[in-house]
Amino acid sequence: MKKQISEILKIIGIFLFGKYKKFTLRFKKSKSMKDIMMVYYSEAKSAKLTRKKVAWITSGGPVEPLIAMDVIPVYPENHGAMIGASKMGTGLCETAENMGYSSDLCSYARADIACATVNGGPIGGLPKPDMLVCCNNICGTVLKWYEVQARYFNVPLFVLDTPFCHTGYSDEVASYVHAQINEYISFIERACGRKFDYERVKKVGHLSFQGQQLWQEVLDTAAHKPAPISAFDAFYHLALIVTLRGTPEVIDYYTALLAKMKDRIARGIGAVPNEKYRLLWDNIPIWHRTRWLYDKFASHNACLVADTYTSAWCGTMKYIDENNFINSVAEAYTRIYLNIGVDEMAKMVIAMIDKYDVDGFVLHSNRSCKPYSFGQLDIQRIVEKERGIPCLMIEADMVDERSFSESQISTRIDAFMEIIKERKKYSPANAGAKG
Amino acid sequence: MEKFTEFKNIVTDPYAYCRKYKEETGKKIVGYTCSYTPEEIIYAAGALPFRLFGTDEGIHRADIHLQSYCCSLIRGVLEEGLSGRLDFLNGVVFPHTCDTIQRLSDIWRLNITKQFHIDLVLPVKLNTASARQYLIDILERFKKDLESALGVKITDAALSDSIKIYNQIRKLMMRLYTLRALRPEILSGRDLHSIIKAAMIMDRQLFLKTLGEIVPQIEKVPAGKIKPGTKKLVLTGSICSHPDIYDIIENAGGVVVWDDLCTGARYFEGILDEKAPPLEAIAQRYLDREICPAKHAGLTGRGESIVQMVRKHSADGVVFMLLKFCDPHAFDYPYIKEMLDRENIPCMLLDMEEQLPAGGQLQTRFETFIQIL
Repeated sequence: MKKQISEILKIIGIFLFGKYKKFTLRFKKSKSMKDIMMVYYSEAKSAKLTRKKVAWITSGGPVEPLIAMDVIPVYPENHGAMIGASKMGTGLCETAENMGYSSDLCSYARADIACATVNGGPIGGLPKPDMLVCCNNICGTVLKWYEVQARYFNVPLFVLDTPFCHTGYSDEVASYVHAQINEYISFIERACGRKFDYERVKKVGHLSFQGQQLWQEVLDTAAHKPAPISAFDAFYHLALIVTLRGTPEVIDYYTALLAKMKDRIARGIGAVPNEKYRLLWDNIPIWHRTRWLYDKFASHNACLVADTYTSAWCGTMKYIDENNFINSVAEAYTRIYLNIGVDEMAKMVIAMIDKYDVDGFVLHSNRSCKPYSFGQLDIQRIVEKERGIPCLMIEADMVDERSFSESQISTRIDAFMEIIKERKKYSPANAGAKG
Repeated sequence: MEKFTEFKNIVTDPYAYCRKYKEETGKKIVGYTCSYTPEEIIYAAGALPFRLFGTDEGIHRADIHLQSYCCSLIRGVLEEGLSGRLDFLNGVVFPHTCDTIQRLSDIWRLNITKQFHIDLVLPVKLNTASARQYLIDILERFKKDLESALGVKITDAALSDSIKIYNQIRKLMMRLYTLRALRPEILSGRDLHSIIKAAMIMDRQLFLKTLGEIVPQIEKVPAGKIKPGTKKLVLTGSICSHPDIYDIIENAGGVVVWDDLCTGARYFEGILDEKAPPLEAIAQRYLDREICPAKHAGLTGRGESIVQMVRKHSADGVVFMLLKFCDPHAFDYPYIKEMLDRENIPCMLLDMEEQLPAGGQLQTRFETFIQIL
């Protein structure tokens, strides 16, 4: 009993501390990522006390209706990334393997499934969900993963099925996803025991759209030479557009970040000191080696200036009607980067190559993510043909460290950088032009 | 049995059959990758639906497109496509199932351009009214896509004829499977495998005719004696492209009495309502049928139906035949195993790589499992 009370007090402490932080920080220029995430997770963890509902949702799922109904969204994938970054992935993956899950399955899923049973990981496990929301626009894996969690926690699961758009978005798909958005709203109404707030969702939709715009602007600053922000920085700052999309915190944070980047541009500060070579990254980060990779590339004066991953959270703005958010949600969430054909993905990669004026393309062939990785070899060939820049494929895993061969990858990066340096030396305008 | 030889020859060299069939009939052939393909529509369009089985030999072309962690089924199918050995196909249809097949479709469309290519993006959910409606809508679109690709008009009459043929095939296959579950000694697992494989290759009307002759003959086979102590097994997984498995199991003292394979019972399960509008009837079968783990219709359906399968056929155990890198099946394995454990149904996990483990080794594993039953 004593232990329980002290546990509760601890949670309240975290909660109040969080609130207090939130209050005091309002007067500061911007809150730090650490503060925001701490407040966010402590609020989520104390949801029982504040009588709020917690929903687990996939990273590409429409979170705005949940926020409009004061449901706290929690992201197992973000959790997976945190587990990977804190190098706790291998142990948790092994736990899942002992539970019977194959070591070939997605390491986010393995780590999260294991974490739920042992309350492990960097934050002692995620708060228990009251409901699960699974949008399969990113993969079929999330469907199986959420089925596992729905059985484990015995809570309702909503599946938002966004048919794959190989070559376009058809009328049939549009009406199916539209119908499901309404079903999703009914699902939230049932879970919350009250009517859906259509007025509030308009505001949340605006904030979500603005957040995406700002995030895109932040990423855009990398087009400047030297790039004030690298993909590795973007992997870090990304957390907010994923977890708090639709809240004012995101706007404040990215507004401040954008100002900082503009200031760096004005002062000519690059993310990599002495930037000479600019690279594009493809796929989810290798969370347990981001620092190592940053240093490795920086040692060659190379900066990964952009990536296909962090831009996925602002890649469908063209489909969003800011003034009619809920009606445009279906298309915006169905046509995201991973839910389109390989040729369309290649087009987007080429657009990024041009926009950020890169000298090389680094592809992470991620054992954990089949829809992101299968097709990469074709994308690589298309890029080589269309833009003639060197490409490097690294086979690894986003969380599971066992799939990372440091010495081999190090050697391959060195060889790749040699090719880029040679090319650049002989390129007609060797002051920044593509080879 | 003469008819058997016919099936076996076709199954041994399906491509030769297809080339000859094309030459003789002038008909078109459409390849497909999964049992959610509405073959009834393809057949109604006057074309032959042909299941792509892939290969496990001499793969090098597919490796240029697919990394090492892709399942051997898809790698093998792509290899066949790239090698030109499937040039007899007029087109290929890719129903949406798993992430890997979805990307296979893209890679195929970009690299194998001689044939027409149709994506049939089926719903993943199969348990809601809106998913049902979308399924019907998308079948309607598929019908139109197919009409323009083949340059034909698919009439309702042709559709209902096709449905009738498929219904009869499915009824006969069910009769055969049920009969064999009761009297496994009358037909070897390998022969049954040949019949079902032929069902995915042969002209369906001809197949129906031959099957219609074979089944009553098999029914008349006098009751033989099953080796005492033979254990009945249920086989679960995606596909089985290794008929040797059946021999190995039988040599080890077991017999497969039922399965939930995509190229097994799930292929012929479910009869279409001949009075309903054709596309609705096709859709309904997909909604009612045992589910592929890449689809969603609840949380425990597959596990429950495997338990039921064991009970219904008085099986002694379950063999999970999991294809390496097949995510949907690998995700389902732990909960289904737990369910079987609770029901005291023994099971064994067989991880399938590109090639089967050496025969003797596999036989020992089965013997060990069968001994504990």
